[in-house]
Amino acid sequence: MGDGLANTAGHFFVTGDPLIIGSDVAIVLVSLGIVFVLTYFKKWKWLWREWLTTVDHKKIAIMYLLAAILMLFRGGVDAELMRTQLALPNMKFLSPEHYDQIFTTHGTIMILFMAMPFIFAMFNAVVPLQIGARDVAFPYLNAISFWLFFFGALLFNLSFVIGGSPDAGWTSYPPLTELQFDPGVGENYYLLALSISGIGTIATGVNFIATIIKMRAPGMTLMKMPLFTWAVLGTCIIILFVFPVLSVALALLLIDRLFGAHFFTMMYGGNPMQFINLFWIWGHPEVYIAVLPAFGIYSEVVSTFSQKKIFGYKSMVASIMAITIIGNLTWVHHFFTMGAGPAVNTFFSISTMAVAIPTGVKVFNWLMTMYRGRITLSLPMMWALAFIPNFALAGATGVWLAEAPTDYQYHNSYFLVAHFHQALIGGVVYGMLAGMYYWWPKMFGFKLKEKYGKWAFWFFNVGFYVCFMPQYILGLMGMQRRMYTYPADMHWTGLNFVSTIGAYLMGIGFLFIAVQIIHSLLHMEKDLTGDPWGGRTLEWALPSPPPHYNFAVIPHVTARDEWWERKRRGEQDAFLPRPEAIHDIHMPKNSGVPFLMGLCFFIAGFGFTFGWMVVGALGLLGVLACLAHRSLDQHPDHDIPAEEVRRTEAALGRL
Amino acid sequence: MHRSSRWKSITALMAGVGAALLTAGCGEEIRVFQPAGPVARSELQLIWLQMGLTAVVIIPVILLLAWIVIRYRNKPGNRAVYQPDFAESRTLEFIWWAIPIVIVGILGGVTLHKTYALAQSPQPDKTPLKIEVMSLNWKWLFFYPDQKIATVNYAEIPTDRPVQFVLTANGPMNAFWVPNLGGMQYTMPGMATSLWLQADQAGEYYGHGGNFTGPGFTQMQFRVVAKPESDFEAWVRQVANGAPDMSRGEYDKLVQPGTLGELSFSSYPDGIFEQTVMDEGGKYMEHDRKMLENMMSHS
Amino acid sequence: MAVMMEEVLPKQAGPSRTGDNGPVRLELSTADGATKIFGFWMFLVSDVLLFASLFATYVVIYTHTADGPTAAHLFGHDTAGFLAETLALLTSSFTCGLATWEMHQGRAGRLKMWMGITILLGLVFLGLEITEFRDFVGQGATMQASAFLSGFYTLVGTHGAHVTMGVLWMSLILYQLARFGLNAVTARKFFIVGLYWHFLDIVWVLIFTVVYLTGVM
Repeated sequence: MGDGLANTAGHFFVTGDPLIIGSDVAIVLVSLGIVFVLTYFKKWKWLWREWLTTVDHKKIAIMYLLAAILMLFRGGVDAELMRTQLALPNMKFLSPEHYDQIFTTHGTIMILFMAMPFIFAMFNAVVPLQIGARDVAFPYLNAISFWLFFFGALLFNLSFVIGGSPDAGWTSYPPLTELQFDPGVGENYYLLALSISGIGTIATGVNFIATIIKMRAPGMTLMKMPLFTWAVLGTCIIILFVFPVLSVALALLLIDRLFGAHFFTMMYGGNPMQFINLFWIWGHPEVYIAVLPAFGIYSEVVSTFSQKKIFGYKSMVASIMAITIIGNLTWVHHFFTMGAGPAVNTFFSISTMAVAIPTGVKVFNWLMTMYRGRITLSLPMMWALAFIPNFALAGATGVWLAEAPTDYQYHNSYFLVAHFHQALIGGVVYGMLAGMYYWWPKMFGFKLKEKYGKWAFWFFNVGFYVCFMPQYILGLMGMQRRMYTYPADMHWTGLNFVSTIGAYLMGIGFLFIAVQIIHSLLHMEKDLTGDPWGGRTLEWALPSPPPHYNFAVIPHVTARDEWWERKRRGEQDAFLPRPEAIHDIHMPKNSGVPFLMGLCFFIAGFGFTFGWMVVGALGLLGVLACLAHRSLDQHPDHDIPAEEVRRTEAALGRL
Repeated sequence: MHRSSRWKSITALMAGVGAALLTAGCGEEIRVFQPAGPVARSELQLIWLQMGLTAVVIIPVILLLAWIVIRYRNKPGNRAVYQPDFAESRTLEFIWWAIPIVIVGILGGVTLHKTYALAQSPQPDKTPLKIEVMSLNWKWLFFYPDQKIATVNYAEIPTDRPVQFVLTANGPMNAFWVPNLGGMQYTMPGMATSLWLQADQAGEYYGHGGNFTGPGFTQMQFRVVAKPESDFEAWVRQVANGAPDMSRGEYDKLVQPGTLGELSFSSYPDGIFEQTVMDEGGKYMEHDRKMLENMMSHS
Repeated sequence: MAVMMEEVLPKQAGPSRTGDNGPVRLELSTADGATKIFGFWMFLVSDVLLFASLFATYVVIYTHTADGPTAAHLFGHDTAGFLAETLALLTSSFTCGLATWEMHQGRAGRLKMWMGITILLGLVFLGLEITEFRDFVGQGATMQASAFLSGFYTLVGTHGAHVTMGVLWMSLILYQLARFGLNAVTARKFFIVGLYWHFLDIVWVLIFTVVYLTGVM
């Protein structure tokens, strides 16, 4: 009996690998530490009231940001482990099985649990402020989105210590991922975690489209909207069109695995290619989902730090929308090598290359925005500038990969690996870091100190080129992605070793960002102006951080760079509320139900992962109960009395 | 001073990296740049063209960026023009909408031409050699339908004669890639895909699986040996006379997951390739069925 | 409520907003209601994509019967079943439309009556569908038998799950209408569940065509 139990536990908890045992210990210690600190300082109530139940977009943004940085760390550790294993030929640092799990979790985490929360952090932190709204259209739904993401990410990361991680690549192609070839629970974790967070993502898409279309301040016509908001609109439209397709792909594979169906199996008429189609109908637009918000951030940053209007605003809007549309028509380029025939391949080659046209226009417009400007090289601007050469290369190699005949030679090699890392790091991560530095004072009320940030910048940038330039050549030499090691006689050793050094440099760069944040917390320099950079858009007209209700009085917008224009005319005071203009403000109430709903999804996901149908069903019933509770709630809102608003504004020195 | 020393160290590092890249990179080890046949050569031509045409855009972008940042830096005493409202120019915008369109147009045209060409035999007037390739967990199985022999993890081909590889998988999807001879093609269960390659230089070429199939994927390396027609025929005779038979049981053993060295077989179960494709879903795919029927009727 | 709505959503007018052609409909009378209805339309877009993916998958694999029952065999023996399902659901969409019309006339009693009938017809549809599935499984046509059947049960079952949600949801709204009466909030809630119901009807028409009719022919 005791033996049986120990045996079960042995299968349940991942054991045997010193790396994993080490992480187990670390996780337990950190969790205990957090519990201890919260209890000791009597912070449980604070945590529940201020954070877990919040529906305030500004707080949700902060939670997304913390989660994204944490996941960047986790995915980064995965990357360092892989690069260490590949530094020299025939290394035994990781076993093949372990390596397979790590490249799978690295890719999945970086794209779905790092890039996505990072962009959502920016959406939430900025969009309502930029358009002069008091929150998003559906604040309660916004909280649900966050908790679905959170519990999805938790479920995914749990696979590391309980049951085993997925190990078939972040693309999870069947039939490799069918029970026949992959019987463990790891793949179930992948499917369920992504499904749960995917529902949250669709909700975010709906929410921000409604916010942008319905909640803009009076006078802010579409063509007066800041470019970041435009980019968010484009992104959300793509989300709305492609995330349901991912949900279906994942659900069908899950049905195969849990119920023995035959959508993508090798036998009984299953068609694995259908998964690959569905996956990439989502998967390629996903790149634009991640990169469009980054483009929006570059537009804001470049314009602000050049003290100049964005060049070619209409072209910028047109190119965002062009990318939004063309981006949905390119997915087949992920499998030119499937033999779909020359007509199909040519069509998708050209549609893919066509994306480079609006992207190129954006790059030239950013350059022209700086031209005849006054360029300040502060951290957000440095990341934005570093992005340009990086993305120029990523775009060029993207065009090369887009052409079917040459894709036959690049496909699935390290050339491809180098390309998409250049696009996703150089494009998305640089953009998110630029956005984080730029809006940090607005989110937290203090600036990040530049000192360690510059170290981080240089380590990360140099490290990036040292890491990925060799990989282009390795690909041309014939090195395939997802190999856990390579023979010594292939002449791949030198370049792999250099690449690993680059990865370490990037890791040091990341640590410097962490040091910078801690350093800035300890030596806090409060932003009392609300406008530390000489900003141009409405968010900089508010104090940092803005009060709970954002705008005491909703502003009237007359120009594209409203705040900049006002400052130029010496009318800053126009945004200070007059006491008699302040009325009661209607705001949504905090609620613990979104958190509970996420928890129910988590329970359901965990149950289905292990095939415990009863647990899964109970979790789903909990979800239904949460939905019903919301429908029956007759008083989801409350009023902030005008007097309280006046007091708050007075305390902020704005009355 | 501080700044210049930083730049120096960065420059030194870059130079070191560059040197490492060059020493590691030059010569025959960059296989995609060392085509040994018309297919790889045709693909390499497009690589040079695309590199040239995209350079037309990215080099000016990088130079412009450097110039603008230096010229318009916000420093006391910078007397460059400052025009905060200069935000529109139809001429300029026309130029950078037009240039990428032209480039994409040119590349699109070449892509169209080459994609169609690569789907055909590189030398239609010559009788091709047919090889059926099956990716297994985790090995490569080659059938020679006209020679009735089979090999594992290596294939021999004659030089100066087009080879049509017909590809499938009995197991997870993989990809067949011999970079010196030309680009890759997926092997998929229940489907038969076609890849034309040709070697015009004798030699031994590295090949590897291109799509991850599990823990043994890394070992899915194979050799393609190209030799003159007469040597090739001698090799066929040698295998046909000297190697063991592949029974149905032997085939079933090969399908089991595992890694292997190189093997040769003087025969194999009749129609095993076609049957595998059909069983795993090929019967639902008209295109694949027709292609296989064609091949069967020829052989 | 009115004042505060104006505060949250300054673009929109208060509750007694009037259009050019007389009073604005109740469910659109607050800015909050209008935003929520807009949001729901956006959700429906994503649901369209969800069903589109399922349909696409079904079309790809519906001939892949793996020597099991074919569509013609399965549906050909039971045309009455799916015709009855279709009739029940189409009628329920009509009664749901009547309910909306009564709501716009401000007649809460008739609204509730038609909602009740809609829910009943939804239950009839579900009962028929479950019977049909049980029949098929009894003939050995299980989800595990072939790709075609996996696709069939998943596509039709997903629609059925949507209808189940719709029935539960509409019952909940019916309860709220009974409890709190017809006002801007309950009107909006009913209007949204009505949109959902009509959407499911449209999806069914496609299922009827793509799955059943194509199968039988």
